[in-house]
Amino acid sequence: MVTSTVTPKTIKSPAARTAWLNGRYPRVAAMAVVLVVAASLPLVMSDYRLFQFTLAYIYAIALLGLNLLIGYNGQFSLGHGAFFAIGAYTTAIMIDRWDIGYGWTIIAAGAICLVVGFLFGIPALRIEGMYLALATLALALATPQFLKYHLFEGWTGGVQGIVIDKPEAPFGLPLNPDQWLYFFTLAILLLAFVLGWNLVRGRTGRALVAIRDHRIAAQSMGINTALYKSLIFGVSALYTGVAGALSAIVIQFVAPDSFTLFLSIFFVVGIVVGGLGSITGAIYGGFFIQFVPNIADAISQAAPWAIYGIFLIVFMLVMPLGIAGFLAILWHRLIMGRLASDGNEGHPTET
Amino acid sequence: MESFLQQVVSGLATGGIYAALALALVMIYHSTNHLNFAQGEMAMFSTYISWSLINAGVPYWIAFFATLVIAFAGGVVIERLIIRWVEDAPVLTVVIVFIGLLMIFNSVAGWIYSYDIKVFPSPFPDQPIQIGTLYLGPHDVGAIAVTLIVLAILFLFFRYTSLGLAMRAAAENPESSRLVGIRVGRMLGMGWGLAALIGAVAGMMVAPIVFLDPNMMAGILIYAFAGAMFGGISSPGGAVFGGFFLGVTENLAGSYIPFIGNELKLSVALVIIVVVLLVRPSGIFGKVTVSRV
Amino acid sequence: MSALLQISGLEAQYGLTKVLHGVDCRVEEGGITTILGANGAGKTTLLRAVCGMVKTSGSILYAGQRIDGKATEDIVRLGIGHVPEGRGTFVALTVEENLRLGAYTRKEKNKVAQDYERVHRYFPVLLQRRQQQAGTLSGGEQQMLAIARALMLGPKLLLLDEPSFGLAPIVVLEIFEIMRTVNQEEGVSMLVVEQNASLALNLADHAYVLETGRIVLDGPAEEIRGDDAVRRSYIGY
Ligand SMILES: Nc1ncnc2c1ncn2[C@@H]1O[C@H](COP(=O)(O)OP(=O)(O)OP(=O)(O)O)[C@@H](O)[C@H]1O
Ligand SMILES: [Mg+2]
Repeated sequence: MVTSTVTPKTIKSPAARTAWLNGRYPRVAAMAVVLVVAASLPLVMSDYRLFQFTLAYIYAIALLGLNLLIGYNGQFSLGHGAFFAIGAYTTAIMIDRWDIGYGWTIIAAGAICLVVGFLFGIPALRIEGMYLALATLALALATPQFLKYHLFEGWTGGVQGIVIDKPEAPFGLPLNPDQWLYFFTLAILLLAFVLGWNLVRGRTGRALVAIRDHRIAAQSMGINTALYKSLIFGVSALYTGVAGALSAIVIQFVAPDSFTLFLSIFFVVGIVVGGLGSITGAIYGGFFIQFVPNIADAISQAAPWAIYGIFLIVFMLVMPLGIAGFLAILWHRLIMGRLASDGNEGHPTET
Repeated sequence: MESFLQQVVSGLATGGIYAALALALVMIYHSTNHLNFAQGEMAMFSTYISWSLINAGVPYWIAFFATLVIAFAGGVVIERLIIRWVEDAPVLTVVIVFIGLLMIFNSVAGWIYSYDIKVFPSPFPDQPIQIGTLYLGPHDVGAIAVTLIVLAILFLFFRYTSLGLAMRAAAENPESSRLVGIRVGRMLGMGWGLAALIGAVAGMMVAPIVFLDPNMMAGILIYAFAGAMFGGISSPGGAVFGGFFLGVTENLAGSYIPFIGNELKLSVALVIIVVVLLVRPSGIFGKVTVSRV
Repeated sequence: MSALLQISGLEAQYGLTKVLHGVDCRVEEGGITTILGANGAGKTTLLRAVCGMVKTSGSILYAGQRIDGKATEDIVRLGIGHVPEGRGTFVALTVEENLRLGAYTRKEKNKVAQDYERVHRYFPVLLQRRQQQAGTLSGGEQQMLAIARALMLGPKLLLLDEPSFGLAPIVVLEIFEIMRTVNQEEGVSMLVVEQNASLALNLADHAYVLETGRIVLDGPAEEIRGDDAVRRSYIGY
């Protein structure tokens, strides 16, 4: 884009300003600010708060993956809690059984989920919409049952689950374990973010969206829809699996009842509230999943989920396109509003 | 062999419950074009209302019909108050609103009535019905009969009355409906009313079997959903079949496949359904939708 | 003659883009008016505006009564039938159910039954396909169904958006003949948008030419047919 190389000082016309505001600079600047704030949080926050933020980031990673699948490719999954569980158990078992370094276990968790997701994505090609929702729902429902199943108990610890130790900060960094995990997760989130951004901006992203919106047309344009759809299923599972692995490390514990259908539902809630088909939406969603239940609990101990439900409904009524969609519209208005007033100053006679 | 038959029969009994709710889901789908995930919780809440009435000394059948009226009104109010505002929103936005409703009903029920399990009366006699060596629970039989009667009435209503036709039209194509003078908003409100009413029937028939508690519908709704999809969401008869099929399969898998037992029977039933869906992506009796560019 | 439909200063917009910029036109009681114009001129928008399906300003008088700002279903109940662009059939319902819906707002059972027979006389194929799902009809059959459904309303004014769309030439002639019959025998007034200008001008008594949201020419159909510019742009010889 030509406009994004223009520096603010040289912008004269309102149109150029709009282009600049819509261009890359404001985004990069906003991201830089957010990053600086995020990196300085450990200085001011209690370890517990930090732990909560770490979890919000972890959810954001999972949501990023789910959004690639649902938001960008239109494949509805009610079963991503299963991949989160697979990731978490992979890490827990590898650490608990074989004493493998946690960094390696995350890679293993991602790889396993990529393969499982890809394989699941192949039969899923045949079904769509609500039917796919059902198939993935089955996956989510079956997961805790399998984790509890007595023949696997030797590995999974059955109902009891597995307890693991919290890693210390490496290289003698002056951080306590909570702070270290916070930065570690932030780094992975950043990586996930950048990779996701590149994925959806490029050819792949366009193909995914084309498949979502005009499957038959996409097919006739020579896009290998089957390959793309099952691949993105795998990639999305990879994201969610990595998030699951991180959650096991941060929480130091895995058990079947952490991975019920509700987890999968919360993921869907997270991406819709955050903003479907929006990369930044995943972050808003992550914070929603992590903090809104606490807020609801603080408002009413008697019926916290009713408060949560009201939150959900109000959110959807006010922002049917999610937080990201809402902000985009707000941003757009802001620019248009400024333009209108600029225009009036310049040409007072024009309406 | 006899025990096999008995297993089939008790599978049919639970299947009847799934079938009733599956049919409710399909009916609602026909009159609102949505799969309402809050359906089960709305049913549960209605059942609590009728429990309150019965506890206050109201005779069973009066409480039953009073509950139907209240449920209908409640359904209309929910549609007019909340759902109408997201009518044009993306499907997933609507789904999230449904999840919100589900949580509200569940939580408020727990708050008002506590999470303790309550006994809910059955209007049918206690003595088991014996046919040869098979035993049938009278409530099972009665519940299935009541649900089927309600659904037969609904079927006739949708099929043969002009109001029913208008409701179907409004769900299918709101714009064209307005062009023939149908008040679409009112129709969708009625659709929700009917949905809540059917749910209330299902809830009051299920509660004596599974007992009354705020979470009683969660599991059943999933089965109903699976049953409806299995039979084909476009086919009411298919939904009934799907519900029964699921009940029997689950029961037989639990008793006869040794390593499954109670722990995995739900998974097995779902896996079977998913496998069937892979072969028949629109359900057993569903119509294949034609997609055009 | 008095105007059944009188549109003045009509503006319409979708979101921020204005599509009609002050359109004036009228349909006489018992008359047929046609609107010609290139793709995207705003013809469909004009018809939709009459039925309250787009945001408008300006005034729309129907039988002496303001109808702009009213809800679509109330406008329709005043006796305005609309055959929309793209037919708007209820694809999941049967042909018969579609026709029953056409008469949804009418109370007089006898007249409805008469109309039911009448539309079957016009379109015998619909009787054969009575129990068939409307979505499985051929494109031409669906167009007939759409017209028949609008007639079931017993309208005083019929809005037709490209009634010849997707029909074989012979069927088009037939449909225009039916429209003429309906107009002459039952006194139904019509506002017809049509790409086939020569047919439309033959049928209509008055014509308007719409260009990018403005009326640029209007007059008796005869005169418009003789206009050189119209000939070149819309009739093609
Ligand atoms: N729903 C809509 N949202 C935004 N713009 C629209 C919408 N419908 C129509 N338009 C725009 O309004 C203009 C007029 O459209 P309209 O459908 O009225 O044209 P038309 O004269 O009927 O054309 P055609 O002969 O192709 O049917 C077009 O430029 C079109 O792009
Ligand atoms: Mg048009």
